Amino acid sequence: MAISLKIEFGGGMELLFSNERSHNIKIPATVDGKPANLSSLIFWLKDNLLKEREELFIEGETVRPGILVLVNDVDWELEGEGDYEVKDGDEIVFISTLHGG
Amino acid sequence: MKTLNDRYDYGLELFLLSIDEGITGYRDDSLETVKRNQQQYDMPLKILSYDKLYGWTMDAIVAQIGKKNNCTFCGVFRRQALDRGAAMLNVDHIVTGHNADDIAETVLMNIMRGDIARLGRCTLICTQGEDTIKRSKPFKYAYEKEIVMYAYFKKLDYFSTECIYSPDAYRGHARVFLKDLEAARPSAIIDIIHSGEAFEVKDEVKAMQKLQQTCKRCGYMSSNELCKACTLLEGLERGLATVVITDRGHNKTEAEESSRPIETMRTIPFFHIPSESNRQETDSSIPNVV
Repeated sequence: MAISLKIEFGGGMELLFSNERSHNIKIPATVDGKPANLSSLIFWLKDNLLKEREELFIEGETVRPGILVLVNDVDWELEGEGDYEVKDGDEIVFISTLHGG
Repeated sequence: MKTLNDRYDYGLELFLLSIDEGITGYRDDSLETVKRNQQQYDMPLKILSYDKLYGWTMDAIVAQIGKKNNCTFCGVFRRQALDRGAAMLNVDHIVTGHNADDIAETVLMNIMRGDIARLGRCTLICTQGEDTIKRSKPFKYAYEKEIVMYAYFKKLDYFSTECIYSPDAYRGHARVFLKDLEAARPSAIIDIIHSGEAFEVKDEVKAMQKLQQTCKRCGYMSSNELCKACTLLEGLERGLATVVITDRGHNKTEAEESSRPIETMRTIPFFHIPSESNRQETDSSIPNVV
């Protein structure tokens, strides 16, 4: 079983992902026998979609602080962050809030 | 600013002012965004380049001095370039896009560097010296996160990438630390600003601080005979840029003692602030480039 997701990158995040803002992906519905959630999605993206500089995307077990994550246009902090179980058709947005110098 | 000015009839005359540091792959892309903003907001735009003002692009500076300390040059040059651009537009107020995260980073940096004079100033929402153009930061209390959310949902056309020359900058460490703090406790950002505001500098210490004067060479405000931009520029022109980085008047170049430049050296045009009459407002907040 696979889940279809729409992934969007913004605020410079797209530079790490072949400079493409929008990606339609299919990921396995379960990881190690557990339903796929945002944490497992982040690692799936790192292994399958990320092209460069993974330290700008991942820090420890989650995204680097300063990256905004939206699930169907809702801040993921309101949805349980990494524990949110992704559903078929979900739209997940990653925006870097880091700018300037 | 544009929306508020239209909605509440502030009667402001607004301009966009953007500084082109001459950084290929960063500023050239962001200037394209600013040019679109000019159309979208129907506002006059002025772009002032380091190349035109100082004779050096950041690309050229980095080629000469490397990627360490280059942000010192950029910061000093940008601050002065903003004032000079504003003076050319004959405006009496500069509005920048600094947000709460930026201010909290600056508070942390000034504490770690022990820069008492700046610590006192950096949290002010509005600053004005005797002969400088007024500056304010209307987003002082707005979190970067809120601003990015707003821009995302309003589908605003903005540019956002970290500068290609900044990863080693001192600010970067403060930023990473602050973002880690925010992840643990979101109020940390506003708490740090509050602490910065609450600092009182003792009168004895205040009395020891250098008085503000004007640069003998270019007329810009300065705490020494030569302003920082002229000192840095002179170093670049002499090929001695690394000497002048250490602050506080220790490693001075010999020429800093006299204010006479060497013959062939390029210098910055003399700075005149706009006259009291016929002043206008500028808004550099759209390209959030701090």
